[in-house]
Amino acid sequence: PDAINVEIPVPFQLHLLQEGPARESVTSREELVKMYRDMFRIRRMEITADKLFKSQLVRGFCHLYDGQEAVTIGMEAALTYEDTVITAYRDHATFLGRGGTVHECFAELMGRSTGCARGKGGSMHLYKPSNNFYGGWGIVGTTGPLGAGLAFANKYEKKNNVAMAIYGDGAGNQGQLFEAKNMAGLWDLPLIFLVENNHYGMGTAEWRASKKTTFYDRVSYIPGIKVDGMDAFAVKEATRFAKEHCLSGKGPIVLEADTYRYHGHSMSDPGSTYRTRNEIQGVRQERDPIERIKKLMIKENVMREEEFKAVDKEIKQEVDDAAAKAKDDPNPGEEELFMNIYKNDSGLKTYGCDRNMVRVQLP
Amino acid sequence: DQMTVRDALNSAIDEEMAADPKVFVMGEEVGEYQGAYKVTKGLLQKYGPDRVLDTPITEAGFTGIGVGAAFQGLKPIVEFMTFNFAMQAIDHIINSAAKTYYMSGGQISVPIVFRGPNGAAAGVGAQHSQCFAAWYGSCPGLKVVTPYSAEDARGLLKAAIRDPDPVVFLENELLYGENFPVSSQVRDPNFTLPIGKAKVEREGTDVTITAFSKMVGFALKAADELAKDGIKAEVINLRSIRPLDRETINASVRKTYRLVAVEEGWPQHGVCAEVCASVQEESFDYLDAPIERISGADIPMPYAANLERLALPQIEDIVRAAKRACYRSK
Repeated sequence: PDAINVEIPVPFQLHLLQEGPARESVTSREELVKMYRDMFRIRRMEITADKLFKSQLVRGFCHLYDGQEAVTIGMEAALTYEDTVITAYRDHATFLGRGGTVHECFAELMGRSTGCARGKGGSMHLYKPSNNFYGGWGIVGTTGPLGAGLAFANKYEKKNNVAMAIYGDGAGNQGQLFEAKNMAGLWDLPLIFLVENNHYGMGTAEWRASKKTTFYDRVSYIPGIKVDGMDAFAVKEATRFAKEHCLSGKGPIVLEADTYRYHGHSMSDPGSTYRTRNEIQGVRQERDPIERIKKLMIKENVMREEEFKAVDKEIKQEVDDAAAKAKDDPNPGEEELFMNIYKNDSGLKTYGCDRNMVRVQLP
Repeated sequence: DQMTVRDALNSAIDEEMAADPKVFVMGEEVGEYQGAYKVTKGLLQKYGPDRVLDTPITEAGFTGIGVGAAFQGLKPIVEFMTFNFAMQAIDHIINSAAKTYYMSGGQISVPIVFRGPNGAAAGVGAQHSQCFAAWYGSCPGLKVVTPYSAEDARGLLKAAIRDPDPVVFLENELLYGENFPVSSQVRDPNFTLPIGKAKVEREGTDVTITAFSKMVGFALKAADELAKDGIKAEVINLRSIRPLDRETINASVRKTYRLVAVEEGWPQHGVCAEVCASVQEESFDYLDAPIERISGADIPMPYAANLERLALPQIEDIVRAAKRACYRSK
């Protein structure tokens, strides 16, 4: 009785597949509410992270995900935490999708001891191995082989789970991705390569970096699907299809999510020298993933406009509270400097900057 | 009772695979070919293709796959046909393996072994003759060990496979076929050697010689020569490059007052440079002579046999340096 049918308007583009994912998704009021809340939370988190960076509470790099919310939310709607996920440096939302909290994320961004990596990772290195999220990787292209390794482990241990190796269009030309695709195909690894194609590798448009600007059909021996990455249900159905494909023993598959980031590449990039403001505005007005789901929910009488206002207010407060709490949290203790270098540190000796002053037996 | 280094390595892998189903081997030619240097001989037949994986010639790819598998608790042994080819994969060894336990605040450890022949073989030219001990040895998060004898090979490799952290295991092609005496204790499946501890191979009172891998054999032969002149050399087999056993090195120098540091690799920023720095820092007052360094020449490796010989440390180089340190040179 609660079932709601959602049409997927943009056709899937298929590579080496006779049939693709379903063009209609069946959802529920609960799932719609959860998806909206999760996407809105990501949007608020990233806008707040931007502010925290600009007020110099976040150091170094900070790669924001707003605009791309439907990819991670749609993907997670078809996965369980027994499936494994690894992504590149634009990892805040992926971490949230894997069950991390906004507070753990902000605390890590601010280098606090309460961060998800105890302040030692930073924005590009968020992890939640308890839910099989193996990070946030700062070297472009490495998630291909590493993700294949996660899939290899799932297969080796005879688990009925897939691994997601997530990378961007900028990484799509890295040589090691093709090495990983070859071995994943050769060994039938249960691996979904997910390309989040936001069309710019830093400030280089895909057509300026890639002889071939599609990524789901890059090799002739692994099937692929191009999916509207601004439509959470399209991503969900594609991921569900891909997971079934992998677990039926057919080996790896590539999903290319056509998406868009509203912010620049990182904080030093205003995001407007290599693309026009009109382009950004156009995507916001016509393809925004949160507006899309909101429209659907209003049409299906899941929530009314004033209920959205209340939810938005609640989540804004939640995000603001997480930021305030993280801001007040302590930095890591200085003893952390020499912790977690080796798992069985076993009293190894190491040195600080002044070797005469600081000689440490590892704990 | 004798054993070759090759058999020592092979039996170590075999026993650890038998003991722990999470241990598997991957690399080029490790399976059907039986290993480019036959170190993995017989393992495919014994453990099957799920645990002995022939990879394509794509070091970056299969090293990353090994590291990713280790994230989930598997214990890969990644064989490089030689460490020269591991340059293709050094990003995964350093950025993906060595740093992850720290970056994740202790949440994700990487129990993996990277192993294969390292350093110069014979007549293989510049691209196949480089020692990487100093490179990997400089990187926190890695452990780096270099066996010399069959005992070292068995004990250190078994320890490396059981270790919860990434270990770079640097072998030497020219030692694979060498026989060494081994005790029944070394043959025991429970035998391991501690990573981070050097071994005093030969005791002496007049000069300390530090070396690792193939150069330990040269240092021992040099010590024989020196004994003919009444010089008692103490030979230290470093075994472990990281952690480096500074205690054993310094204790020896405080006894002999003299040091010759030997390595096959390049001198600049080398393992010997670190040994020298440690002795200078900790035992400065004990030195009776300047520290001597014998290393590979500071050049890419030439092919011609006469030039190659000049590019690599020879026994007479070590003897000469030790005599200088003892003020006994002619």
